[in-house]
This record gives sequence, C-alpha cells and structure tokens, in this order.
Amino acid sequence: MWLYAGRRIVLTIPILLGVTIICFALVQIAPGDPIQNLLSPTATAQDAARLRAAYGLDQPLMVQYFIWLGKVCVGNLGMSISDNVPVAGEVLHAFVNTIVIALISVVLAFVVSMIFGVIAAYRTGSLADRLITAVAVFGISVPPFWLGVILVIFFAVDLSWLPATGMGASGSETFSYFRWADFKFAIMPIIALALPPLGIMTRTTRSSIAEILNQDFIQTLRAKGLSEAQVIVHAVVNIMPQAVAMLGLQLGYLIGGSVLVETVFTWPGTGYLLNKAVLTRDIPLLQGTILVLATAFVLINLVVDLAQSLIDPRLKRS
Amino acid sequence: MTDAVADSSLRPPASRPASAVRVRSYWGSVWHRLRYDYVTLFCLVLIIAIVLTAVFAPLISPMDPYKSSMAHRLRPIGYHNYLLGTDEQGRDILSRMLYGGRVSLTMGILPVALATIIGGLFGVVAGYFGGKVNMLIMRTMDVFFAFPSVLLAVAISGSLGGGITNQLLTLTVVLIPPLCRVAETATSQVRTMDFVDAARSTGASTLSILFTHVLINVMSPVLVYASTLVSVSIILASGLSFLGLGVSPPTADWGLMLSTLRQSIYVQPIVSAIPGVAILITSIAFNLLSDGLRQAMDVRA
Repeated sequence: MWLYAGRRIVLTIPILLGVTIICFALVQIAPGDPIQNLLSPTATAQDAARLRAAYGLDQPLMVQYFIWLGKVCVGNLGMSISDNVPVAGEVLHAFVNTIVIALISVVLAFVVSMIFGVIAAYRTGSLADRLITAVAVFGISVPPFWLGVILVIFFAVDLSWLPATGMGASGSETFSYFRWADFKFAIMPIIALALPPLGIMTRTTRSSIAEILNQDFIQTLRAKGLSEAQVIVHAVVNIMPQAVAMLGLQLGYLIGGSVLVETVFTWPGTGYLLNKAVLTRDIPLLQGTILVLATAFVLINLVVDLAQSLIDPRLKRS
Repeated sequence: MTDAVADSSLRPPASRPASAVRVRSYWGSVWHRLRYDYVTLFCLVLIIAIVLTAVFAPLISPMDPYKSSMAHRLRPIGYHNYLLGTDEQGRDILSRMLYGGRVSLTMGILPVALATIIGGLFGVVAGYFGGKVNMLIMRTMDVFFAFPSVLLAVAISGSLGGGITNQLLTLTVVLIPPLCRVAETATSQVRTMDFVDAARSTGASTLSILFTHVLINVMSPVLVYASTLVSVSIILASGLSFLGLGVSPPTADWGLMLSTLRQSIYVQPIVSAIPGVAILITSIAFNLLSDGLRQAMDVRA
C-alpha cells in the first residue's frame, strides 16, 4: 500500500509540470504583443527592445518558462492588469469562496444520489426508477448556467424568496455560512452546481448497485436470513470505494466548472475571477487562476486515489 | 456540463468481442434492436427535425432574425406575429432560435467530428505501436486530463479570444484527449487478438492491418463514445458563448441569446429563458440517442 501511495505521489509531479507548461503556453497563444500595449505611441524600436529586455521577453522561450516557473514555485503569479494587484492573493481569496460552495454542493449531490441510486436499482423498471432516471438525464443534459437563470427567475423574480446575486450586504469579508441572512445567497448557486453531479452520480450509483445486487453473495446474505435493509447496506458498503472516487472527481470538476454558475450569480469565486479576466483580457489573472484550479484538481485526484486505496480492502491486498 | 466528459470516461463504452463478428450481420442486429427502442428512435427523429429547421432556417423563419425594432422590445410570447416574443432589441426570438441552431448545432457536431478523427488517429497509433510512441502520446494526453473540461475550454478560449474559429479550435482541443484514450484502449485490445497475428504472419503490411483489421474494430466503441460527446460539446459551446467567447453579437447563437437576454429576466422572465429550452431539448435528445446506441451496439446485452 505504501509503495502504491509513494508511486502515485511521484507520478503526480510530471502531471503538475505539464500543467505549468500548458498555463505558460496560454500566454504564448494569446494574440497581440504585450509590449506594444505598454509602450507609448511615440516609442521607438529601441524603447521596445529595452522594455522587452526588462521583462525578460528577449530570452528564449525555455529560459522564460523556467524563470516563470521559479516565480510560481515561490507563490508569485504576477500582477493582474486590470486591478494591478498580485494575482496570487486575489485567486486565493476567491478560491475559498469557490471551494466551500463546491464542497457543499458535491456532498449534497452525493447524499441525494446515493438515496436515488439505491431506490432506482432496488426497484428497476418501477415508476420511481423512471422518475429518478429522468431527473438524472435532466441533470446531465441541462446547461448549468441556464439552470441558474431559471432558479433566479423562479425564486428571486417571481417568488422573491431568495436574493438573486452576490454575497449579501455583508460582502465576502464577513460572510458566514452559519448566518441565514448570508447563507440564503449561497442556496441557488449550490443547487445549480449540485444538479449536474447529482445526475451523473445517480446514474453511476444505480448501475453499480444493480450490478452488486445481481451477485451471488447477495443471494447468500438473503439465504442467511438478513433483512432487505441489511442486504442493501451490504451493497452500499461494497460500492463505497467507487463512490468516494466519484465524489472526489465531481468535486474537482465543480471547482473547475463553476465559472458559468458563478457568473450567473456573481458569486465572488474563481469562476467570477475567470469571467472578469476573459472580459478585460487580463491574461496574467487568467493564467494564475487556471494554474491554481488545475493544481487543485490534480491534488484532489491524488487525495481521492490515496483515500480509495485506504478504504478499499481489495486494493490494500494488492 | 462540467462533468459529462468524466461521466462518459467513468463508463467506457462496452468493448465487444471483436472476433466472430461479420460486419453486415452486426449492423443488422444493431438495427434490429434499435427498431423496438422507441425512446431512441424518437430522439433520432427529433434531432433530424432540429437539424432540418436549422438548415432551412431562411425558408421557415417568420421574420428577419437581424431586424430590430425599438418599438417592440421584450414583448411576451404570442405578441402579434412574434410567436415566442422579442428580445432586448426587438428581434423575433423564434427566427433567431432557428438561425441560432445553425451555429449551436455546428458547434455540437463539428468539433466532435474533428476530435474523433484527430484523437482517434493518435489513439490508434499509440495503441498499435505501443512502447515509446504510446508513452509520448498518452502521457501528453494525461496532462490535458489534469484540467476539468470547462476549465480547459475557458483557458484556451480566454487566451485566444472570442470568435467562431477560436471556439471551434478550443472545443476540438478539449475533446481530443478523451477520444484518444478510448481509441487507444480499444486498439491495444484488438492488437493482441489472434486474427491480427494471423494477418501479420501472412505478410500483411502494417498499414493494411491497421485499415482492414484494426480500424474496423476500433470504430464502433469510438463512434459510440463520440456520440456521447455531442451534447457535451453543445453545452460547452453555449457556455463559452454565454461568457462572450463565441460568435460576435449580431449573429444568433443559443448561448449568446441567453447571455444577452439575462439582463431582461426582471422584465420578461419566460422569454429570457426560451433559448435555454432549445439547448436543453437538443442535449437531452443527443444524450438519450447515444445511450440507446450504446445499448444497441453492445453485443452482450
């Protein structure tokens, strides 16, 4: 097991390096010359060359990459163009807002999908199964940002139950998830984020549980006189390692995929930051945010794999 | 949308035993099973209908999708001749939806087609030759898997800037790695089959083995998987357009329409949500169709 954990951690390093290469390349594929934007219209070619040298842009790409990588390793992600503040601070601040609602959404989706999946698998073909499958297909097919708009129309415009956007009067500085006045700002983003993973996880749970229920040992359990509830518990425990892997993967996708939902609700997370970067063509901000999110995604996958090897006795033995 | 790529990769398309299958009878049996699957057939008909309305948009649109009218801005459903109301510039929503389908459907199908060819090619090469070639191709793909699909799309599109060509390029790049992985898995399974060895021992060239034996067997899992990506691609594309990274404003596109109508949800909530219904229906239809195809093409089922 320790050998597996060690190897898994070592394998993460080249992936992370690859991530930095792609993030570095993002700046290279962006059209336009960054130096031209900084120069005054009257600047000469010498001025341009001097500025280029000052920013290290006259170096070969490889050298530029390693200089940039060195800065990234000490947490320097450059300055954002629009606000002229360090990107790292801005991203970290937004990242907290993103990860909290992503966590709440994914746990909510997980719990509901386990219940739905078990019901659907236990009564395959029943009305409940069909309804649950319909919900799952809807969750997978719906564009999350449109779902957000629909939620706003229903709960904010028509019913006036929930605030449409933002993080409330207290702002992100004093926001508390344990205060109702604040938390109600988070409800719609959480629901909009939770539905797509709910659909995917329900489908996966349904098919895994259905497969387990067809196996011989379930027959044995029933023959031993276990109640149906106990049999189901056995089936659920059996798919737990898989379910945890699924949970982690979905969490990763949520922190990366929340950009549209956060834009709809102007939730001040990384997605909102990305949208701002796109609108103002703030490439350093875009690059920094992507780098942090992709790194988080890789690390979450690592933790999930390690957790899976811990809780799955079948993996432990190998 | 965030996770549909992951979902499909969680459950790789069922690989069928490649041997003992005559191509004709296989497709015949697939059709036989599809014929009684009314949900799938309905989705197929629905998709054909949607595609036709987009293709013949100039003929069936009740109005000019670009003609704005300041006097008739944000009218409700059924107002005068505006069957689905008007948008914030007084343009007919129905006509814009029909025209918008052209861009949105293209963005669902074309990137998948391109990615299937490119990703499939890389996957077959990696799977067939193995060793260092495999290592190089597949480890490069692994790096792209380190990005959630939406994030990768926003990253590339955000750097390149908006526009329809950049959107097409972005979506293709995002879809290549999962298709490459599926093709690689299928190819490396076929490669070890006896009939490939037999072909090689008779002196067949690598190219002819690839084309006559490998490709035909890799095709069906790859195509089934690609069909699941169409709705992913439509949703991704509409998301990019929603962020302003798609077609430029006067052009009609479902995602862009949602984005510009968002400001009007307090004035005309229902009208503002209509373009999303088109995305939703199309995406559900493609999802159910690919589910049906997968089941019909799974010989074990």
